[in-house]
Amino acid sequence: MSQAAPTANVPPEQEPSTNFTVKLGIAQRAGGAVVPVMTGVLAFLAGGIVVAATGHNPWTAYKGIWQGAGFNWLFHIPWNTNTINLSAFNLSQTLLLTTTLILCGLAVAFPFRCGLFNIGGQGQYLVGLVVANWVGVSFASWPTLPHVLLGIFAAAAAGAVWAGIAGFLKATTGAHEVISTIMLNWIAIWGAQYLFGQGGPLQNTYNPAAPESGTVVQSAKIPVFWGSSALQGTDVGFFVALAMLVVFWLILNRTTLGYEVRATGFNPDAAAYGGINVRNKYIQAMAISGAFAGLAGALDMLGYLFQFGVLDVQASQIGFLGIAVALLGRNTAVGTGIAAFLFGGLLYGTTRGLNPNVFDPGLAGNLTSMIQGLIVLFVGADILILYVWNSRRKLKRRVAPA
Amino acid sequence: MTNHVQPLTTRGWVPSPRAIAIAGGVLGVAAFWSTIPPFTARSPVVPIVIGVLAVAAGIWATTRGARRIGIGAIAAGVIGIGLGVVATRSSSSNLNTVFTADLIAQILAFATPLTFGALGGMVSERSGVVNVGLEGMMLMGAFWGVYVADKSGSWAVGILGAMVAGGLFALIHAVWSIHFRADQIISGMAINFLALGVTGYFFEQLYGQQNIPSGVSTVPNVRLPVISRWHFLGPAIGNLNLLIWVGILLVPLSYVILFKTPIGLRVRACGEHPRAADTVGIDVYKVRYAAVTTSGMLAALGGAFLSIGYLGGSFTENMTEGRGFIALAAMIFGNWRPFGAWGAALLFGFSTALAYRLPVYSGSAATLFQTLPYVLTLIAVAGVIGRSVPPAADGRPYVKQ
Repeated sequence: MSQAAPTANVPPEQEPSTNFTVKLGIAQRAGGAVVPVMTGVLAFLAGGIVVAATGHNPWTAYKGIWQGAGFNWLFHIPWNTNTINLSAFNLSQTLLLTTTLILCGLAVAFPFRCGLFNIGGQGQYLVGLVVANWVGVSFASWPTLPHVLLGIFAAAAAGAVWAGIAGFLKATTGAHEVISTIMLNWIAIWGAQYLFGQGGPLQNTYNPAAPESGTVVQSAKIPVFWGSSALQGTDVGFFVALAMLVVFWLILNRTTLGYEVRATGFNPDAAAYGGINVRNKYIQAMAISGAFAGLAGALDMLGYLFQFGVLDVQASQIGFLGIAVALLGRNTAVGTGIAAFLFGGLLYGTTRGLNPNVFDPGLAGNLTSMIQGLIVLFVGADILILYVWNSRRKLKRRVAPA
Repeated sequence: MTNHVQPLTTRGWVPSPRAIAIAGGVLGVAAFWSTIPPFTARSPVVPIVIGVLAVAAGIWATTRGARRIGIGAIAAGVIGIGLGVVATRSSSSNLNTVFTADLIAQILAFATPLTFGALGGMVSERSGVVNVGLEGMMLMGAFWGVYVADKSGSWAVGILGAMVAGGLFALIHAVWSIHFRADQIISGMAINFLALGVTGYFFEQLYGQQNIPSGVSTVPNVRLPVISRWHFLGPAIGNLNLLIWVGILLVPLSYVILFKTPIGLRVRACGEHPRAADTVGIDVYKVRYAAVTTSGMLAALGGAFLSIGYLGGSFTENMTEGRGFIALAAMIFGNWRPFGAWGAALLFGFSTALAYRLPVYSGSAATLFQTLPYVLTLIAVAGVIGRSVPPAADGRPYVKQ
């Protein structure tokens, strides 16, 4: 969980480029973009090599994914916002996934700044999803605004409690948060399958044979701002997620809590010596993180899913994707936002958005997992990336005098 | 922590608290066992009496030094009473469909991938490298095992292929954790995502919409000559898959290697105090590379057991479905020890087997049984019952001087 450490490990042997290395180091500490950009490029290159090696054209594949994500729409000026237009529709779907990924990314990024690694985003997301579904199916007589707000707050609170368990265990017994969040993930995954499954308390009432939840009533649905609500348009939850990026930045950089969280993340012993209650920070950081993930579940459930089944629970991976989003975004607000948009596009562009005639979505969906893995792998070894970057420069210098 | 120094007074006719505690644990299991076939006690008195004895033994041991096992015995007694009473209340016919001899076979089958995974994780973590990538290594073993077995026509080659694939992925984790000094949890998670993508991609690429063709060479069952005809033991252990036996044999083997040989001492030294190990001339990097690669090969064996062992030549995307994480849980619950990990794997296998059979009573609640491994592990790491303690240098990259 070292944030600033990698720069210290860069081999210091190249004296003429010291200036550059120092600059790079500063850029690193300031959350520079070199490593994330190179990470992304390398991961997509490696993915492309696999695609080429298995006898497909990587260029057509990536172009198909690009169009499937609706990214081409951004370059069709003047913009035609009507979602009858395929690329506009694809982009609206990408934004739906971006919403979730921003929040799941923040759920990883926030505790990271406190020196905690929250792998439990998936579980916290599911808990939020379940609670939002329960609220959305019940209270049918309520008017829209309080109903939606209740669903959102209840889900965020549930997520906070779920993650808070890991924080509490870390603070009181020293149990490693990675282990406890992994365990909480699977408890949530099986718990959700129990609740939505046949005979479960939250199973739908109209078809006892289907292991699915009930459908969220009209008054709990979040209004759509782009596209048609009948065709899964983008709901205003997207703006809630954007607002949460600002909230994340404000909490971290403009509040005492954020200062203490960051201090704990840099060095818990020094923070404790400085009078910060480190144990409380662990609990608070995890609870805030869980609230982000729970909110993601609520926005999904009340925004466009409305219903969830046992099979959906088993297939859901989006909370895990938050890890890649946060790491690629270097745990900053802006970075997380950009990475979430990229992954949202990748996720939609490789699945339902992809034209099956261009590239097999069965392959493409797994390509996403591969790129996700490679990105996490490369971010984990930013030393490697910096080394490659430096040796490239060395190579250039060696070539130049000859 | 457990007090290993035994008081002198336990020397005479009184057995050691440790033995009493273990006996208590056995009694706790017996409390439940008495109510199910082949014994099928119909009166709730039987499990209660045996269970109370178990709790008593547990308390006795707990107050006399063997705290950890003692509390376990108490818990076993309480759970034994609870389950036993429930069992006596339900009808005999239901019991016969749930508790049969092949429940044992099923527990062993469910426990096998967990055993391989947990032993693998233990080897890696004992050398000081955290391995949360077990799931991915297992998945690699599952796919490449069945693929190689399909193409070569031999399950033995398939197992070899699985181990190579798992070992290669573990090697990535090793390079990242040891040489790049990357965060080992990040690198382990990356292995999981990568394996999910790689196996899914190549499964789709190589087999398309069809599944693995039937008739793939699979790991054979071992039919024990005499035992297989016995009344209860026959269906229970008479005809088990070869890999189940390999898994069981690996438990004492890994115990001996890890705790009774110089190799094991070196591995553990690297996990507890790498600097000290380095000072006495142990190559910490080499040991860790070997341990992590072994760990991947073991996990891959667990995966191969799924694809070409128990499930008889098949593969589905994300086939391991979190078994690698249960293996991780078993390792932690077993306190980074071979027999502990195996016991935990059996317990978790038992809970999975029950979850498959309990729908006789209630369809939905059976699913909840699947959470048992995770809940127990959560309790174990939280330290309510004898805290799980990882090796001291687990997860810390070592920098040579």
